[in-house]
Amino acid sequence: MNGSNTFKLDGKDIPFEDGDTIMDAALRAGEYIPHLCHNPEFSPHGSCRVCVVNANGRQISACTQPAVQNMEIDNSSDEIMDQRRSLLQMLFVEGNHVCPGCEKSGACQLQAVAYYANMLSPHFTHFFPQRSVDASHADIAIDFNRCILCELCVRASRDVDHKNVFAIDGRGINSHLVINSPSGKLGDSSFAASDKAAHVCPVGAILPKHTAYDRPIGERLYDKQPISVVGDVAAHDQDEDR
Amino acid sequence: MSIEEFISSITASANNQPGHLLQYLYEIQYQYAHISQQAIKLLAEKLSLTESHIHGVIGFYSFLHDSPRGAYDVLISDSITDHMLGSRSLLDALCKKLGVVPGVPREDGRVTVDTTSCTGLCDQGPAMLVNGWAVTRLDENRIDNIAELIESATAVDQWPNEFFRVEDNIQRRDILLSDESNDGEALRSLIDQGEDAMLEQIESSGLRGRGGAGFNTGMKWRFCKQTEADQRYVVCNADEGEPGTFKDRILLNAYADKVFEGMTVCAGVIGATKGCLYLRGEYRYLRAPLEQILQQRREAGLLGNTILGQGGFDFDIEIHMGAGAYICGEESSLIESLEGKRGIPRKRPPFPVTHGYQNRPTVVNNVETFMAAALIAVHGADWFSSVGTEQSSGTKLISISGDCEKPGIYEYPFGVSIQDILKDCAAKDTQAVQIAGAAGFTIPPAEFERCIAFEDVSTGGSFMVFKQDRDLLDMVKNFAHFFVHESCGFCTPCRVGSSLMKDLVDKVHSGHAGQYDLDEMQNIGQLMRSTSHCGLGTTAPNPVLDTLEKFPQIYEKHLKHSSYEPAFDLDAALQDARDITGRDDAGAHLGTKS
Repeated sequence: MNGSNTFKLDGKDIPFEDGDTIMDAALRAGEYIPHLCHNPEFSPHGSCRVCVVNANGRQISACTQPAVQNMEIDNSSDEIMDQRRSLLQMLFVEGNHVCPGCEKSGACQLQAVAYYANMLSPHFTHFFPQRSVDASHADIAIDFNRCILCELCVRASRDVDHKNVFAIDGRGINSHLVINSPSGKLGDSSFAASDKAAHVCPVGAILPKHTAYDRPIGERLYDKQPISVVGDVAAHDQDEDR
Repeated sequence: MSIEEFISSITASANNQPGHLLQYLYEIQYQYAHISQQAIKLLAEKLSLTESHIHGVIGFYSFLHDSPRGAYDVLISDSITDHMLGSRSLLDALCKKLGVVPGVPREDGRVTVDTTSCTGLCDQGPAMLVNGWAVTRLDENRIDNIAELIESATAVDQWPNEFFRVEDNIQRRDILLSDESNDGEALRSLIDQGEDAMLEQIESSGLRGRGGAGFNTGMKWRFCKQTEADQRYVVCNADEGEPGTFKDRILLNAYADKVFEGMTVCAGVIGATKGCLYLRGEYRYLRAPLEQILQQRREAGLLGNTILGQGGFDFDIEIHMGAGAYICGEESSLIESLEGKRGIPRKRPPFPVTHGYQNRPTVVNNVETFMAAALIAVHGADWFSSVGTEQSSGTKLISISGDCEKPGIYEYPFGVSIQDILKDCAAKDTQAVQIAGAAGFTIPPAEFERCIAFEDVSTGGSFMVFKQDRDLLDMVKNFAHFFVHESCGFCTPCRVGSSLMKDLVDKVHSGHAGQYDLDEMQNIGQLMRSTSHCGLGTTAPNPVLDTLEKFPQIYEKHLKHSSYEPAFDLDAALQDARDITGRDDAGAHLGTKS
């Protein structure tokens, strides 16, 4: 390990250790690079592309790119923020994300990153896909309308819970989350509310039942402070303040 | 044979390896016209995989289905060059004759008719696949015959041989295609010179990857060789999916020995004992002859243990079938597919040369690259580098299709101009050439002096010619739909962006777009180019961005002159209501009311 390694993030020196990605080093230094599919507890995925930065003139995803000495990284120029906004807008129109009617509102990472990126409208034409809600499980509901295909539940169930409850089926725009059970329903799977996979969804797709509005709208994690300050919702899973 | 026995027999032949999942699914699909829930359950138990994982793999590959297809599964090639040869009206005619709608199996389970991405038969199209077997030169007569054969339940192997005739169609030969060296000569040369000297030969020949990316082959082999590992692999990428390219089809049909020999030279150099040829599903008809050639090479001591009597020189090659996924031409997707998974491109770094198949160092090269390597081993680096340009040594196989009198395979030294190629293939009144496929470049006449070379117009070999009276927007639309079909769906910009782009191209094509929409296409294209995870996403907007810049007139003639127009036709939107009420009078139409 070499403590003297640094790169520049928007002009600021960020120390990094061998094996760090740009995201690892930025998170440790308390610098915010917007992201959705990344969760430091899991190996990087690189699918949402919200963390794309410009590193020495190349656009790369910060969560997958190894940090390199003296690299100069643009994480906040208009160009980078415009790109992020467009990617977020794409995620909004691809699914059915109706924030005012979603019980995750205020503690949803997609919503919080969109606020951070100053997204004021979905801009693109809505796809309005026909997707279902699966409320078959006693403790957890899945609303597929809100899934952004980050695969955090897939990774958590596979790598931590060792249950492989989730998988991705289909291809391209027809890619979708599926559940491994004889009926395809969550209630028939081995999923449990105590599973890691029940606590990693960055949006309102995987939701605990019976506690929806225990914390009222207006008093939730991102109602008080922006995501650039408080970070991922999953990291606050056990907190009183989420 | 029961389905249990069938699955036991195919899995036993590959030792129940979960990594062979895609190969098992391919066999089951063609045996039973789909992969039933029972088959999925049996496989899951045998291979210790989850059923949802198996569903996910089936859902990823176009040729695999978990619900029954017709006993005759007809897929008409939907490449733009097939369209230009009339494939769409032939599709309609076949559907009408058989009484089916595209994509939906007939109620008696006899037949499904659908479209598929380019089948690599553009020089003898329109083409189709029936149960995976390629049929060429479709015309009304042949479509009539096919409909009759299907109605009379004639087994596909009883159909006339003529239907399945695929010609090599070589129009111009240069150093590769005119080679007459004997089988095994490259391997003898390797043994005589030693692997280090051979690697130097490959390096100094300047050979670069023939798939289009142009990475230095010798360097790739050296990186792989230098990586510490208990096993290394040689993979030949024969997933020739770029619309308009079909050169690997010819090499695998007529020069397969040279290709396998190139793989074996590579294995000797890097120290690999195992190799794979990843053959695209569309080339199913090539599989049996290729297996036979592999067997002949084993018997001749050119493959297997102790090659040419050299102790320790052990190498064998296995053929893996693809199943309808363009993305698997990307080397890391191809490796995922070889491991029996969904073909999602991996994160890079690490690169396949250090962490490839089974996480071991792996050389993935194009079919043409391996053949060139074999001939460099025989004739030496200077022989090769004396042809071509300084940065692009050797020759390139070009697959020519579209509006010209002599489509086919042309081998040219690098540096040949587009102009000269058009002359040779007898193309007249050319409006544009699409080079390097759907993800390539649209070249206007003002640029016909440009050259085929890595430093100028770089291509895997696709060369599609469009004459003046074609509407180039048909091409743009075809490619936009192609990318929606072929995006793997992993990353946001490609998954969502390609769909948004397709909708906008359709909007222009149907005459409902304004300038605002063109600006949107530009923005979405730039976003896909700069933020996508892999080369498919970064190049998918190329045909739109290229034609917006170089052929603005093809858009202008379709535009409405207001800045914003809705994406739909109000009157057309009432069609469902008209269908339900059975009305079609003037009063049921907008704007035509008297």
